[in-house]
Parts: sequence; C-alpha cells; structure tokens
Amino acid sequence: MLEVKDIFVEVDGKEILKGVSLSIKECEIHALMGPNGSGKSSLSLAVMGHPKYKITKGEILLNGISIKDFPVNERAALGLFLGFQYPQEVEGVGISNFLRTSLLSQEKVVPEVVSFHKELKEKLQKIGLKEEFLKRGLNVGYSGGEKKRSEILQMSILKPKIAILDEPDSGTDIDGLKAVANGIVESSKEGAGILLITHYNKILSHVRPDFVHVLVDGKIMKSGGPELAEEIETHGYGTEVAV
Amino acid sequence: MTSETSFLDINPSKSEQSDVEYEIELPKGLSEEVVRTISKLKKEPEWMLNQRLAALKHFFERPMPTWGADLSKIDFNSITYYIKPKAGNEDSWEKVPDSIKKTYEKLGIPEAERKFLAGAGAQFDSSTIYHKVREDLAKQGVIFCDIDTALQKHPEIVEKYFGTVVPYADNKFAALNSAVWSGGSFVYVPKGVKVSLPLQAYFRINAKNMGQFERTLIIVEEGAEVHYIEGCSAPVYSTDSLHAAVVEVIAHKNSRVRYTTLQNWSNDVYNLVTKRAMAHEGAYVEWLDANIGSKVTMKYPCVILKGRGARANIISVAFAGAGQCQDTGAKAYHLAPDTSSTILAKSVSKDGGKSAFRGLVKVIPGAKNSKSHMRCDALLLDKKSKSDTFPTLQVDENEVKTGHEATVGKVSEDQLFYLMSRGLNEQQATNMIVSGFLEEFTKQLPLEYAVEFNRLIELEMTNAIN
Repeated sequence: MLEVKDIFVEVDGKEILKGVSLSIKECEIHALMGPNGSGKSSLSLAVMGHPKYKITKGEILLNGISIKDFPVNERAALGLFLGFQYPQEVEGVGISNFLRTSLLSQEKVVPEVVSFHKELKEKLQKIGLKEEFLKRGLNVGYSGGEKKRSEILQMSILKPKIAILDEPDSGTDIDGLKAVANGIVESSKEGAGILLITHYNKILSHVRPDFVHVLVDGKIMKSGGPELAEEIETHGYGTEVAV
Repeated sequence: MTSETSFLDINPSKSEQSDVEYEIELPKGLSEEVVRTISKLKKEPEWMLNQRLAALKHFFERPMPTWGADLSKIDFNSITYYIKPKAGNEDSWEKVPDSIKKTYEKLGIPEAERKFLAGAGAQFDSSTIYHKVREDLAKQGVIFCDIDTALQKHPEIVEKYFGTVVPYADNKFAALNSAVWSGGSFVYVPKGVKVSLPLQAYFRINAKNMGQFERTLIIVEEGAEVHYIEGCSAPVYSTDSLHAAVVEVIAHKNSRVRYTTLQNWSNDVYNLVTKRAMAHEGAYVEWLDANIGSKVTMKYPCVILKGRGARANIISVAFAGAGQCQDTGAKAYHLAPDTSSTILAKSVSKDGGKSAFRGLVKVIPGAKNSKSHMRCDALLLDKKSKSDTFPTLQVDENEVKTGHEATVGKVSEDQLFYLMSRGLNEQQATNMIVSGFLEEFTKQLPLEYAVEFNRLIELEMTNAIN
C-alpha cells in the first residue's frame, strides 16, 4: 500500500505540488488526470525519488515504511515501480540483461537464465513485441509505442507492489493501447496497486479504474469513481470539475 | 574459462611477483654490446644481427616523438633489455617449472589448454617457455610458435617477411624493438587453410624494470583464415616499465585475419606498440584492440590496403583511469581501387584519466571507389577527465566515399535515475552504461572473452584512484 500524505514538492526552487494526498491499496487502479503542467509527472518522479524533485513537506509511506528519504533504487527494492513517460535510451544494454540485473539488485528470487528467458519471451509476445527486440539497446530506436510496451513489459517482469505509470498510453496506436491496457489489468490482478496517469479517457475504457483523481495546479481538485473520467471527457478540466 | 583462472582476473594492483629465477640477465642499459649479446645468445643468423644493429643506430639518431603523450620520464638506461628465466623452451606443460606454472595458472593457461583452444603460446618475460599447437593444426601445416624458434626452424619465411610491414625506421620505438626484440609469436597459415578456433597467446611482464620487446609476425597465405587473440596482464611495480612491441601481419590474396588484443597492463607501464597489417587483393584484416591499464599507451593499429578490394575493420577501445593516458586510434592507407575501411574508436575516461583518439585515413590518387568511415565516441564519467579527437582525412582521389563522426557523451542524471528506478545502485547503473557503451566492441569477442572483458571493466570502474 502506497500512502502519499500531503506532500509539497519543489523543482529548481519552484513549488509544483502543493499538498497532495493519495492512498493506493493492492489490486486497486487509480487514474490520475489533469491538464498539462498540473504536476502529474512531478508527482510520479517525486514519489519514485528523482533527486531534482525535493519533497519539502509531507510523507510517503510504502507498506508503512517511510521512503521519503530513500534513494530511488531502495524504493524499487521495496516494490515501487515507475513506468516513464519518456524512458531513457541506454546504448548497448539489452532489456534482458537489464531486467535480470534489476531483479538481482532487488535481491528477489531470480529465476535461472533459461527459465528467465522463457518467461521474458512469453511476456514479450503478450505485449506484442518481436523477439529481435531483445537484441536492441534499451529504448534505442524504439518507436513511441514500443517504448510504452517495453515499460509495461518491465513491470510485468519486476512484479512491483505499486506501479506508477506516467502516460503509458501516449504515443501508442490502437493495438499498442490495447496491449498496454491488458498488461496493466494483468499486473493489477496479480496484486499490484496502480496509479495510472493519463490525459485521455480512451485507455480507461480498457482499464476500468476504481478511483479517478483530478490534479490541477499541484492539488487534487476532485476524486471519485470511474464516472468522474466521463465527466471530464464531456466537460474538460474547467471550473465545473474543479469546484 | 572459470573466474578463478582467468587472466583478466589478475587485478594489476594486487598481483604479486612470482618467485622466479633468471638464468641470464643482461646489465641495464642499451648499447651495441647489449644488442650483439642478445643476438649471440639466440644464435641468430647474421642478417638479423645486422638488422638489429642498423635499428639501434636509427633508434639513437631518432628524436623522441613529442606530438602525443608525455614520454619524457622513460629512462632507457635503467631498463634491462634481455632476461631469460631458468627454463628451456618447453612444449609440454609437465616440463614447465612450478613457480612459472603458478603464474600461468593465474593467467588461465592450463584452463585454456583444457578447453577448446587451438593452441596457446605464452611469453614469460623475454623468452617463450611454453608452446603447444594442436596436432590437427600442425597437420594442416599451420606453424604457431615463438618467433625465436621460427627464426631457427623456418629462417627463410622469417627473413622474407620480418620488417617488411613495420621497417625499423618507422618510428623510434619500432627501431628500439627491432634492435632488442625477444620473444613474441609467429603464425604461418598455409594457402586455403581455415583455422576455425582462435589462436591465443598470453603475455606478462614479470620482472622489475624490465622492458618487454616482443615481436609478432603473422603470415596468412592466399584464401587462408585465422583469428589471433592476445591477452596481457602485468603486476604492478613502483618503477616504470616499458613495453615496446611490434606486430606485423601479412594478409595475402583473399585471406581473412582478425587480431584481437585484450590488454591489462599495470599502471606503471609505458605501452608503445606498432601494429600494422599489409592487406593484399581481396584480403580482410580486422584489428580489435582494447587498451585498459598502463600509464601511457600509444597505439594506432594500421592496415595498408595494398591490393584491389582489400578491406579493413579496426575497432579500438580504451579505458583511461586516474593518472593514465590512453593515446590510441587507427590508420588506414588506401593504395588500391575498391578498398574499404571502417574505424570505430570508443574511449571511457574516469578519475582524471586522459584519452585521445588519432585516426588517419589516406587515399592515394588512383584508389578509385574506395570507401572509408571513421567514428569515435568518447564517454566522460566526470569533469576531471579528458578526451581529445584528432581525425585526419587525406584524400587525393575524387571517386571515393569517406565519412567521419565524433561524439562526446556524459552519463546523465536522468539515465542513471532510469536504470536505478529498477533497483540498480549507482555503481551498477554506471557500469551498465559503460559496458553498454563498449558493447560494439564486446559483441565481437568470443563469449568467454566478452564476459571477462566486462568483468575487467567493472573492476576498473570500482577501482578508485590507486
């Protein structure tokens, strides 16, 4: 369970988040929506522990442990995952080696090479990526959709307790969107709590959220059930919603 | 190869000098007398002695190069130019003395022998004491022995090719090597013979203040193929050591030669090596050259594309840590039509290490339809470290395609954050970025070498200033 308690976050001296609280339990899917620049990505990076995002106030608990001062890799080892909006390119590093090293560094029970590759290939197929994908450098020359599929693939291998997914739908085509959505639903069924950050309703027709939150100008202006997403679709993030 | 016996496993800063007795050790310093003594001890033919003496004369006359790394600290008078350990030139492992065996065990020789290797030559200081060629290779007429033996047993081949690709007057250190050379490998592959497994040699500097001047000569006849791998490691000493080697490769018509070097010199070695190949018509020559360790390395593997359609592929990687200067690169001379060359250089600099890339591509008039591409990428791991690039294209023919690219990169905070977000700590993430950066080289290596190379890089990455 992830508990974000009234956090304030600064980037380069500028306050981006102004008191955000969220509570995500296992198997729950929370959608976080909001206009550009409202602080959605900042929230995800701050919770994951990017050094540029300074938490000036508030608390973050992961299964009751305060992770606010932990480096990013320790947060990962405790079961936190971030699916990046803009995954970084790392030349010459194959995703297979990367994921195995990640599992080892998280001190999880790592399957031996053969069964690891079997699992990886199955999941690769499920997410709709070809096997030759394994030979490429991490995110190097991936299309926008491939990057997003790859992030979901990584989540399905690392099996986090809480996954924050920052616009996993952006840059995907229709098939990509479905594949990504299926991956999210599957992880959720396996027990992961999900915070799904999105601009659009479309993915929510494939991934039905339990809760929807609307972030405007660094604050959560409204929370509700899936019907809130439909409301936003009709009325936008205007005053009707924000009040 | 298991990790326990890997030659790359020897951390240069930690390895110890084995207790080895020397049979012959010439007094320090360089003179005509020293050169004559070396030649006499080796019972060499007169032409070799004459060539040594001419080379020595040239060495004395030639000024020190000042265009590259700082070589002013080398004291030629404090170097021992010939040492012979107490052992004959054995060709059976059982006969090798125990103390030397122990060193070899650390270097992975017995393991290599047990495995699938085609043959292993090992240089222990100045003379090669252990050599074995698999029988099937010998049956095919492949000669793989130390060059001193080759000079005794196959003088006509050695005389025909020695010094033809790297003449002693090429540069000051080629002259030095030609004057005092001792040990090194000799490979002869007859026409049409394809050596399917790599030939391997291991080198180690094992005596204080001892220069190592091995000479390697590889001749590959028409349509033949060979892959030669050398791995080097040296224990650390407080005084400067000098390694001035010469490698000559003759690739005849339509032959293929790959020469791989994985080097791990200790941080006090001056490593000044001249490597050059002559590629005749349709021949394909590849230099894969990794430079790790040493105090100063100056090395620019070269291919002379002499025959029509000859091709060269040179991949050079360098890792410059604290107090190290890796001045490396590549050269390709296009002397015939339809020749092609690709040069890829990758350098990593850390803890104030300096790396420099020097690339030269020359296309002479008439070398029509030649193609060349040169790329160098530098990765700087901190602000103290430095990287320079000196590419030179001398193209005197119009109908050619040449290209050059250079990049300098740093490890970015966002890259680290991305990798660390999956659980890697900062060191693991940085290592991953560095080994990924060098992957274009690593993927060319036989698997067990690739694994060891990556471990060596990791070792260098975790070795802070030493």
